Amino acid sequence: MTTRTRLLRAVAISVVVLAAAIVLGLWAGYERITITALRSDPMVRALFFRVRMPRVALAMLTGAALSVVGAALQALFRNPLAEPFTLGVSGGGALGASLAIALGWGARAWGVPLVFVVSFGGAMAAVLVVYRIARAGVVVLPGALLLSGVIVNLIAASGVLILEYLTDPTRSLQILRWTVGSLDIVGFDMIWRMAVILLPAMLALLAFARDLQLLAIDEDTAESLGVNVRRTEGVVYFLSSALVGVTVAVGGTIGFVGLIVPHAVRLVFGQDLRVLMPASVLLGAAFLIAADTVARVAVASTDLPVGAVTALLGGPVFLWLLTRRQRNTAI
Amino acid sequence: MIEARDVWFSWQQGREAIRGVSLSLSTGEFGALIGPNGSGKSTLLRLLNGLLAPARGEARFNGVGLPDMPARERAQRIAWVPQSMSTAFPFTALEVALTGRSPWSPRFRFENEADRAIAQEALEMVGAGHLSNRPVTELSGGERQMVMIARALAQRPECLLLDEPASALDLKHRAALVRTLVSLRQRFGLTVLMVTHDLQLIDPGFDRVFAMSEGRLVSEGAPAEVLTSEKLAAIFDDTHVRALRMNGRTVVWSE
Repeated sequence: MTTRTRLLRAVAISVVVLAAAIVLGLWAGYERITITALRSDPMVRALFFRVRMPRVALAMLTGAALSVVGAALQALFRNPLAEPFTLGVSGGGALGASLAIALGWGARAWGVPLVFVVSFGGAMAAVLVVYRIARAGVVVLPGALLLSGVIVNLIAASGVLILEYLTDPTRSLQILRWTVGSLDIVGFDMIWRMAVILLPAMLALLAFARDLQLLAIDEDTAESLGVNVRRTEGVVYFLSSALVGVTVAVGGTIGFVGLIVPHAVRLVFGQDLRVLMPASVLLGAAFLIAADTVARVAVASTDLPVGAVTALLGGPVFLWLLTRRQRNTAI
Repeated sequence: MIEARDVWFSWQQGREAIRGVSLSLSTGEFGALIGPNGSGKSTLLRLLNGLLAPARGEARFNGVGLPDMPARERAQRIAWVPQSMSTAFPFTALEVALTGRSPWSPRFRFENEADRAIAQEALEMVGAGHLSNRPVTELSGGERQMVMIARALAQRPECLLLDEPASALDLKHRAALVRTLVSLRQRFGLTVLMVTHDLQLIDPGFDRVFAMSEGRLVSEGAPAEVLTSEKLAAIFDDTHVRALRMNGRTVVWSE
């Protein structure tokens, strides 16, 4: 089967799965929503359009962004365990976002919330620190990469915690959501502001799929095949930080989405980044809608934080990949 | 024609790895680059492929300085086979070989049937046709090396730079590699520069031998001129080296 047919097949299947997830996400919840109730009851209609739909949309955007960044970072670092959370990128973004909230930066510049900008800055700083530490000459040390990611996460988490203690209680409550992500949102305002940044950034990242395919196989060979490796690295860091920064600024740190989704896609559709990345966008959206639905309905009395659900699923996947990797090559 | 003109290079804070090397190979010529470990052979190969930029001097291809050549055009003309490949993902051998076609197709187009046929043929040329659907992470070192050579051949380059391509190949595949290169010279006028520690591969087949030591070119000439006991003893700083010409081939060993 050619790459083209594989891509078309993967996109077709992923779209069906995503559609199913959207229907499930809109229907299930504390209050099950039926078409008749939507027609007759204004309360149900308000709930549906002001709460349920924005939440599903947020899960879609966040899941898509985190998954495609995971696939890109795995290729760039040639490390199956790389993703925004394990590399500390989410942590950096969360620290930036809580700093912005603590200082009361509700402001916007040209319609872009400043909290987005500061969160992006935190994510970018984290990825650059981790990269600097892990790169030794022409190789990226896989062990150093993940260890420095963990440490950056711990530092950022302590920062968030300290800010939480220092600020007044209302802001402190807002900051709490960055420690374990939550997709609780009202209205579409924030969704539009996110989409304006996230959709172009995802498209731009997808445009680098072929370069990333060559980089995933071998960095030097990619260079010899005409890929500008340094420029590609820079662009991917920038776009990844923007995608992670913006999603973290709204939903907090939702871990392991960028790990579970690309690996599931690989198992079904193969390794080629030009198939893997578009499928990760669609199935990442579907996955986080499903995980958030579980978070909403698992316990009758309350919502669980969706970050706890993804970590509960993703942690074991990480460990499974780690043991498999150790069997193949030493880290 | 590929050439280095008084090329100097040093890695960060290190002493100079390449110290004023000049060499040239005409179209269709086969050159072997020999010398002790750490003498700068791999670095020189990277300079000739434009992967590294010389501190002084110039690397040129057909009269054009490599920094001035667009990366894509360079990749259509010059292919490079590294010593090893760092992939951590189970790409199939065919997927890896297909990346050799990327310089020939636009960024947003997938490889067509012709590209797939070229990649499959390249795998067959090095005796790895049967591996095309196997994940490269499960292949042996030698099989991986064949896939890397096939990837470079799929580029259909004018010039092929190989960095110890035969180090993990068995006897049969070593000989097959040289035969493949020779047949590609007849078909496409391929130029080859190969770094090798296996000096038996050179004669017959190769036209010129370049010997490096401590970043300098210390000897150069036809295989029969360079592969002699005296010269090799000096190049490798080892008085036990012996070379013997018999039946038109040179045999080298160390006692």
